[in-house]
Amino acid sequence: VTTLPATELPADDVRPRKLARTSTGGDAVFEYASRAVGASVLVITGGVGLFLAWQAYPTLKHYGWSFFTETAWEPESDTLGIAAVLLGTVEVALVAMFFAFPLAVLTALFITEYAPASLKATLVSLVDLMAAVPSIVYGLWGFFLVMPHAAALALWLQQHFGWIPIFAVENSDPNAAVWDASRYVSSAFCAGIAVAMMVMPMSCAVIRQVFSQAPMGEREAALALGSTKWGMIRTVVLPFGRGGIIGGTMLGLGRALGETIAVVLIISPSFEIKPRILEIGTMTVSSLIAGRFGEASASQLSALLAAGFVLFMITLVVNTVAAVIVNRSRSGAGTDA
Amino acid sequence: MTATQQPARQAGSTHLPGYDDDAAPAVPRRYLGASTPDEKFTRLGSWAAGFGLAWLVTQRLLPLEGLPWFLVVWFLSGIAVTAVTAAMTGSRTDVVDRVAGTVITCAALVVGAALLTTIVFVVSRGWRPLMHLNFFVDDMSGVGPKDGFDKGGILHAIIGSLIQLGIALAITLPLGIGTAVFMTEVGGRFARVVRTVVEAMTALPSIVAGLFIYTVLIVTLGYPRSGLAASLAIAVMMLPIIARSADVVLRVVPGGLREASLALGASRWRTVWHVVLPTARPGLATAVILGVARGIGETSPVLLTSGAAAFVVTNPTDGVMNSLPLFIYSTVRSGEPNAITRAFGAATVLLVLVLILFVTARLLARPRRSGPSLRSRLRSSVLNRVSR
Repeated sequence: VTTLPATELPADDVRPRKLARTSTGGDAVFEYASRAVGASVLVITGGVGLFLAWQAYPTLKHYGWSFFTETAWEPESDTLGIAAVLLGTVEVALVAMFFAFPLAVLTALFITEYAPASLKATLVSLVDLMAAVPSIVYGLWGFFLVMPHAAALALWLQQHFGWIPIFAVENSDPNAAVWDASRYVSSAFCAGIAVAMMVMPMSCAVIRQVFSQAPMGEREAALALGSTKWGMIRTVVLPFGRGGIIGGTMLGLGRALGETIAVVLIISPSFEIKPRILEIGTMTVSSLIAGRFGEASASQLSALLAAGFVLFMITLVVNTVAAVIVNRSRSGAGTDA
Repeated sequence: MTATQQPARQAGSTHLPGYDDDAAPAVPRRYLGASTPDEKFTRLGSWAAGFGLAWLVTQRLLPLEGLPWFLVVWFLSGIAVTAVTAAMTGSRTDVVDRVAGTVITCAALVVGAALLTTIVFVVSRGWRPLMHLNFFVDDMSGVGPKDGFDKGGILHAIIGSLIQLGIALAITLPLGIGTAVFMTEVGGRFARVVRTVVEAMTALPSIVAGLFIYTVLIVTLGYPRSGLAASLAIAVMMLPIIARSADVVLRVVPGGLREASLALGASRWRTVWHVVLPTARPGLATAVILGVARGIGETSPVLLTSGAAAFVVTNPTDGVMNSLPLFIYSTVRSGEPNAITRAFGAATVLLVLVLILFVTARLLARPRRSGPSLRSRLRSSVLNRVSR
């Protein structure tokens, strides 16, 4: 039997205790201090974006749409445009993703599904270590070790698939007795391979994390129904990880678009619309900045800042879409179907 | 079922099973996940057959010369033989399973080989200058690109890198972690704005961060190129990265800990200082160190802002200052064989620095063990060996 306490108190004596909604004393100091830190970081980081936009505005106004359609970068004759540069940036990034995407997905699958349990932690650390290796080191690797082989592969591609426009190489006979290696090096293809090494570990880390969160119950159910390991991966892990695959790949793409130093080391600059990725010479926005900032006058610097602003906008959109996709896949909203 | 089998026993007594000493030793339970000797032999045999096929195809049938082609053909023929052997005993499902497993394992091997070739290649091209002590204690003043390895060193680049990183860290550490604390512990609409902007700025390409500092500090305000400008460029690049990863770490601190601390009467400030931050310490250390590893290896912001000096500069506001990535970049570009080897030596040093930072981050991120520490375990094992 529960006995209720007799409430004999007169009603007008009961008043709710006063709870302070505003902090006092040390708490107030803490709150204002951290608010100030947050505000200063907002000013710093937001200031960079606003400054870029403010500096880019005169250039964009002066050149108008021709800034996006002009290919040449000749400040002397006042013709500036980033059409060729943007195309080169996209080409390098796409080549990088062509190599990085399958390797990232398959490596993530290997780590989560196939690797022995005792090796898993080590493999995860190794992938993180790959992500921490400086880009200049991958640049050296790509330039001195990979480029000769990549040129040989490019020749083979031209010999057999040269009728596809992107594999064509101008001014070079693929069946010559002695092939002209200098037409095949320093291309978007070679740069893309080095950039792929840089973005692969980053995508792999995101994809692996999402794969490892595929629910254990569904995995066991698939196996208990007699599915093979690959059948379980195809029907459970890949559908659950679809968002992670897309998001991780786009995060990698965002990094690939902005990569500078490995690209600068490898490519030889050329300002033309060139869909032929195997041929020598291309240009990316970041290597344009790295190459031209030194002798730039005030108006050229504004043009470079405009190019940097466009690059930043592209990576921002790519990263934001990626973050939205990854977050949605983690919250489980996409797993109802 | 148990009720019918077991006789009614007195309540409260425990029945211990007796050991039968004459019984045969227990047979280990069969592990169903492991592959049988048959399967192992089939797998190895398939790859051996693939090796033979690859030799036949590349050396005798088709004009495919060189090791890369041999490896590619070996991979393809190995998969083909695997598929054939799987089809001999199983259905189409088995074939697909076997081939998928093989392809996935091979892809992981390719990635491992790429990491291995990167490290082995850089070290094998760059070990010769490392054998000379002057490489670590000298600078490059008065040393030409053709000079031998017994002259000149990279002390100026190492010192420059450490100074620039130190300044950048002094700026980003309080600001980054302070922002993360603000975003998670104070919250509110303003915090959401800050979080959105910080997350957006992690997309900033590092070269654009460098160009920003170059335009503001060097072109507009007229300061010379210096170590300080380089530090600021690295800080602008690192700040969003560190703030964002610290935010992620602080968000996973269990809310129960905060509530317990507040319920005990601690103020919010004390809760953050004594509960939240110590709980998140390993994760915060990892976030900071991985940010530092990114900052020390990034060349492009430094390329625009610091300028390359050939001598030791210790004052960050006093003119040009070199750093490791910039040294590697500018030395490789000179084209002299000796200079390129020197650059690879510097790249080895940079790799080792990053590796040290990375291992430190991993050690800090490990959960604290309850067992004896490494030192006491070492001591006891040594004592055991001595006493034996």
